[in-house]
Amino acid sequence: MNTMWWGVAGTSVAAFALKYLGHSIPQRYLSHPKIQKTNLLIPITLLSALVAVQTFAQENKLVIDHRAVGLAVAAIALKFRAPFPVVVILAALSSALVYHFF
Amino acid sequence: MRVVSATPKSTIRDSLSVSITVGAYGIAFGAASVAAGFTVLQTCLLSLLTFSGASQFAVVGVIGSGGGALSGIATATLLGFRNGLYGLRMSPLLQTKGAKRVLAAHITIDESTGVALSQEKLGVDAMRSGFWITGIGVFVFWNLFTLAGAFGAQAMGNPAAWGLDAAVPAAFLGLVWPRLTSPSDRILAMAAMALALGLTPFVPAGLPIIATAFLALVIGMRKP
Repeated sequence: MNTMWWGVAGTSVAAFALKYLGHSIPQRYLSHPKIQKTNLLIPITLLSALVAVQTFAQENKLVIDHRAVGLAVAAIALKFRAPFPVVVILAALSSALVYHFF
Repeated sequence: MRVVSATPKSTIRDSLSVSITVGAYGIAFGAASVAAGFTVLQTCLLSLLTFSGASQFAVVGVIGSGGGALSGIATATLLGFRNGLYGLRMSPLLQTKGAKRVLAAHITIDESTGVALSQEKLGVDAMRSGFWITGIGVFVFWNLFTLAGAFGAQAMGNPAAWGLDAAVPAAFLGLVWPRLTSPSDRILAMAAMALALGLTPFVPAGLPIIATAFLALVIGMRKP
């Protein structure tokens, strides 16, 4: 099995295990305020890190290329409360334009 | 308050409109996953079996940019932790067992939990209906749109030429944006970006992302 297949299998098993565990254990577990708080913060750090790395990393090098333009356009679209699909499409369009013409 | 057994029209309407709008994001996932080097089959299996948007984007993002399988799985699983907490909140409401619990667990995501909680004023039955209709609805549309996005990206070829390589970080930005509700959230987001980029030249791909979970842990676990 290659990396992709391991990724698909491992992610799917772990995702379901977490969901099922939530339905099966008594409510008092994991209801500690610190765990609740950490649970709100983890997606913020991981998703932000993914934004940064997917935009500015090329393997192990840091670069500024057409993707940075796409990200800037996405941020502006979000600022103006554009819906998710519009944000993604505008980012793709602007990045593709820069990729072709600069 | 007497609970009517028929599902209120407004609950059905809320559930279906969330299902279609959120399901449509599946097109972005399908395209991103194929652009990251996953096959159409692998992409569709992720939507069918993992069925949790942020986790799916994370695993294809990490592996697609050269990270190992373990880094990808770990990042996706940390993002999926919240579904466990949603399950904890939903299980007393749904009172399921056996096969029905397996199904309920599988469709326990942001949207099904969110719609269920938003129906609180209409009573327990409306909350339950909101959970089931939204969960199944998102599942159906998410998978259909994933397939469409995957085939679309496969037909396109070079991801950069179509801007798909920028669509992925834009999708992550769109996922994190609504979570940044306070100035301290925004500072945390900036710190995570800086840490991940700072580590990128020095450690294998994937690890800079997971490392930022420690920021969340340190801040979340400290005394309020």
